[in-house]
Amino acid sequence: MADRRLKHKSKYTLDRGIPGAYEGETITRRRFMTGSAHTAGAIAAGAFTLPALGFALGPIFKSTPHRWEAVGKAGMFPDNNYVPVVTTLTPNVGEAGKTTVYIRKFNPEIDTDPYDKGTPYIAISSRCAHLGCPVRWVDAAERFICPCHGGVYDLLGRRVGGPPVRPLDRFYTRVNGETLEVGPRFSVNSELRRFSPRDPGEPLDGIGQYLYPSRPGAQKL
Amino acid sequence: MPRLPKLPAPPLPSALKEPPPRPGDPNGRKTPLQEAAEAGFTVVDWVDERTSLSGAGRWLLFRKVPKGTNWFYTLGSATMFAFLSQAVTGVFLAMYYRPDASGGAYESIRYVTNEVFLGQFVRGMHKWGSSVMVILVFLHMGRTFFWGAYKYPRELNWVIGVVLLILTMTMSFTGYLLPFDQRAYWATIVGVNINGTGPLIGPYLSDFLRGGSEFGATTLSRFYAIHMLLLPGLIAALIGAHLYLVAKLGTTAPPWSKAEPSDELREAEV
Repeated sequence: MADRRLKHKSKYTLDRGIPGAYEGETITRRRFMTGSAHTAGAIAAGAFTLPALGFALGPIFKSTPHRWEAVGKAGMFPDNNYVPVVTTLTPNVGEAGKTTVYIRKFNPEIDTDPYDKGTPYIAISSRCAHLGCPVRWVDAAERFICPCHGGVYDLLGRRVGGPPVRPLDRFYTRVNGETLEVGPRFSVNSELRRFSPRDPGEPLDGIGQYLYPSRPGAQKL
Repeated sequence: MPRLPKLPAPPLPSALKEPPPRPGDPNGRKTPLQEAAEAGFTVVDWVDERTSLSGAGRWLLFRKVPKGTNWFYTLGSATMFAFLSQAVTGVFLAMYYRPDASGGAYESIRYVTNEVFLGQFVRGMHKWGSSVMVILVFLHMGRTFFWGAYKYPRELNWVIGVVLLILTMTMSFTGYLLPFDQRAYWATIVGVNINGTGPLIGPYLSDFLRGGSEFGATTLSRFYAIHMLLLPGLIAALIGAHLYLVAKLGTTAPPWSKAEPSDELREAEV
């Protein structure tokens, strides 16, 4: 095919190397038609593919507003033991949107880590930092224990055994009048330093916070 | 065209001979059964004349297979029929299912299981059939591996098969959430979080699967759409490509069968 083209060179297009072109043409009609048909097809396909893709990927970049959920009178939480409270994390999905939060009053003798200064109440998420099963506070052992893969945490939610990669998540708290309110979630590393919320299984020590970036929609409180 | 001489009738006893045509009926009278068969042939011929489908059917179904082909070669079509069973039962389950995270999903599954005529049976076919399909996929893959049937020129078919394996596992993962009971919920929480442990893209992947930062109303409908719309089409298309390559390249002989030269070749050597 290529040889035949070379043999039959048009005298008009010798200089441009386009076989069968008319005088003054810099691109053959066939090539122009092919190119414009392909372009039109690509635009038409992109017109429905790109919006659909953005629609599916959108939730990754969406930032959800902070919710503050009242959990009871502030006076009902002691400073040496946890009180479990069921609160709504995601509205309008019934039971699936609820979670248990373990709350206790700030105790200067226990909460000696500098990052805890100024929090009136400690609210610990029951979501295990291994793969997200619900942990349970066992009063006698003074441990949070996960039923799925044997993660064990101490009174402050720090890992003492099993597969979890970081301490239990916490929630911001605030006292509104006499009512205690639980706000957005945050994650902590093994020194209880605060980070924007991460999913379970994502360590935050060392380079963990860079290997597992926070979600683009995360807002500072 | 010259007329060919007619062959004499075979010397059959008269009881076996066809009765002669009735007078005035040059083609002989047909029984209703024969007429129905003729009608069927006419319809098939009509379609075939316009599509040439019979050639494609012969190409696909009447292939030569190597000596030594045995029952292990049926694992692939067994997998395909498991998929077809999943597709059919899934379509009928979708007539009752509601992807409603605030209780409707569980209620609709309970209704199918307890109230609908044969509902428990059809749902059981879908539920147990999924395990059957996964087991058959692995047996089929093992057969291909141990027979060495993935080698040249069939590598692309192996690659398509691996993609089909991944899609089947994704089907199992997304379908597991749909009953929306405690087991489904927590299994999905754990499964999504396992996806999240991948470095760098893990957090985005788990957010994509959940449709947000927390398990919510969109998670269930997302899984449902992936399970019943996205993946079945992909799997069906890839099964088509898989089958096309099987028909195009043929199947391999079992590794223990020895190549025997034909008699003609053997004589030619001597």
